[in-house]
Amino acid sequence: MRPKIYFLIGVLVSFLVWYFVPMDQYIREIVLTIGINIILAVSLNLVNGHTGQFSIGHAGFMAIGAYFSAWITTVGAPTWWPSLDLSGGLAGTLVFLGALLAGALLAALAGLLIGIPTLRLRGDYLAIATLGFGEIIRVVIQNTEVVGGSRGFSVAYGYATIFWTYLFAALTIYVVANLVNSAYGRGFLAVRDDEVAAESIGVNTTKYKVIAFVLAAFFAGIAGGLYSHFKQYLHPDRFNFITSIEVVVMVIVGGMGSTFGVIAAAIVLSLLPEALRFIPQFYQQIFGVSLPHLVDDLLKNRMMIYSLLLIILMLTRPQGIFGGISGRPAFLFKRKSVRADGLAS
Amino acid sequence: MDSLLELRDCTMQFGGLTALSKLSLQIGPRDLVGLIGPNGAGKTTVFNIITGIYKPTSGTIQFGGQSLVGRKASAIAARGVARTFQNIRLFASLSVYDNVRAAFTMHLKHGIAHALWRGGSFGREESEISDQVIDILKIFGLEDQRDVECKSLSYGDQRRLEIVRALATRPKLLLLDEPAAGMNPREKEELMELIQFVKEKYQIAVLLVEHDMKVVMGICMRVAVLDYGEKIAEGTPADIRKNPEVIEAYLGEEAKGPPPAPTL
Repeated sequence: MRPKIYFLIGVLVSFLVWYFVPMDQYIREIVLTIGINIILAVSLNLVNGHTGQFSIGHAGFMAIGAYFSAWITTVGAPTWWPSLDLSGGLAGTLVFLGALLAGALLAALAGLLIGIPTLRLRGDYLAIATLGFGEIIRVVIQNTEVVGGSRGFSVAYGYATIFWTYLFAALTIYVVANLVNSAYGRGFLAVRDDEVAAESIGVNTTKYKVIAFVLAAFFAGIAGGLYSHFKQYLHPDRFNFITSIEVVVMVIVGGMGSTFGVIAAAIVLSLLPEALRFIPQFYQQIFGVSLPHLVDDLLKNRMMIYSLLLIILMLTRPQGIFGGISGRPAFLFKRKSVRADGLAS
Repeated sequence: MDSLLELRDCTMQFGGLTALSKLSLQIGPRDLVGLIGPNGAGKTTVFNIITGIYKPTSGTIQFGGQSLVGRKASAIAARGVARTFQNIRLFASLSVYDNVRAAFTMHLKHGIAHALWRGGSFGREESEISDQVIDILKIFGLEDQRDVECKSLSYGDQRRLEIVRALATRPKLLLLDEPAAGMNPREKEELMELIQFVKEKYQIAVLLVEHDMKVVMGICMRVAVLDYGEKIAEGTPADIRKNPEVIEAYLGEEAKGPPPAPTL
């Protein structure tokens, strides 16, 4: 089957890149960030894009995965198996993968516990509930001493290589794309388009929403685990709602429901702050004078650029850059267009 | 006669408003029953309590010997009750093909794990579903438009697609909520043929809510009349036409002659 071959090609390429392409620390950090953002955006797209629910608490699930896996490799494993050398090799890798899985499962469990009561809410209410959840997680971590609380938490080993990061990115894409492009997956799209009609053809909307939510939380947990073992330092503030919003922006810019678009957006938006960093330098080289202060400040503030970008995009192409290309417009405008069509003819 | 669906003393109250009062209705396995009544008489409410969108305040609903009261809409659909909606509710962003395909999710033998692993049995089931979707689209003349986004279909085709989607769930009872609304006389003729064809071909029962007297009187075996949430009459189309209470409540003077002009 073709999807499996694509997945294996993805794994192979990430292995080759990791093994053969030399990278300095700066480039490597950008490449890893892109991989993690792809995992976050593609998994959130399952909830926000394909299933039409509006979650803005993805950073919360990421934080659970990040902290739990980091705690296992840094505090747990060395006490459970004091004789093992965890700095690398087979033992280190196995512990890392186990910790990653444990973190993801805990995030998925949190997704289940949060999803069941909140997924009855629609639209704005769900968004607020998930936002609140993300903040609760952050505050809980801030007050949990075993993971450093608000001082932050140093992670012992930097296991997350380009190979592992992109292997899990490929896995995320494989799972989400395969799930949605199956007869079973039509259920998610049905829930997005019309919940009442979906129920009327036997789609258990609650079940589908919870599945989407739990899977997305699982992969956010993986992304968190990769993040903690690449930065090797965690701070609760890294997982505040701005992180969640950044992922939502990737999904919206890429085009809700378009896996390809969301991957492209994750890459572009991860590179954007780095690219912005160089603009003042170039400007000075070319024109001999430095940028006006206002522009300079604007460029330094990523969120301001994001907001501007979003406003421009929503005005000109509300379905996202790649939304609608696969024959599916953004969920944002669906209801209007159905009614208008139904009445007009 | 064994009834497929049996409503007994169903009452539906919204706060102080009684939308339905002590409604009893029986539908046999091959019946084509019409439900008529003036605007606001409670016709759509009947559909909504049968399909689980509302839970009736009191009364029982039996379907094939099992109670439907308090079940989730999707569970009721799984038991074999399919419906269409007064204001068409298709999956707007999906193609015609995918709208019908979505209706097969309920009968999937394999779940999420198969969709992910994509083994041989997954491929077989997907192609089986695909064949069935194509078949049913062919029967209803929508095959040429299978890849069209459903919102760009003509109004009549959208109505038809909604019926196809409902049939794809393999129901025992089909509820049609004002299928003729907004149709021109020619489309109405086609619709009447379509409903009778569906009933014969799939051997199912049909409950039809409709404003258009010509459609209801033309195809229904039995007609029930609602007025202010109460059933005021039930019988063959000929009986209903003669019933003085019905004439007063709904049909007006025109009903004395041949079937009256459409009210919509």
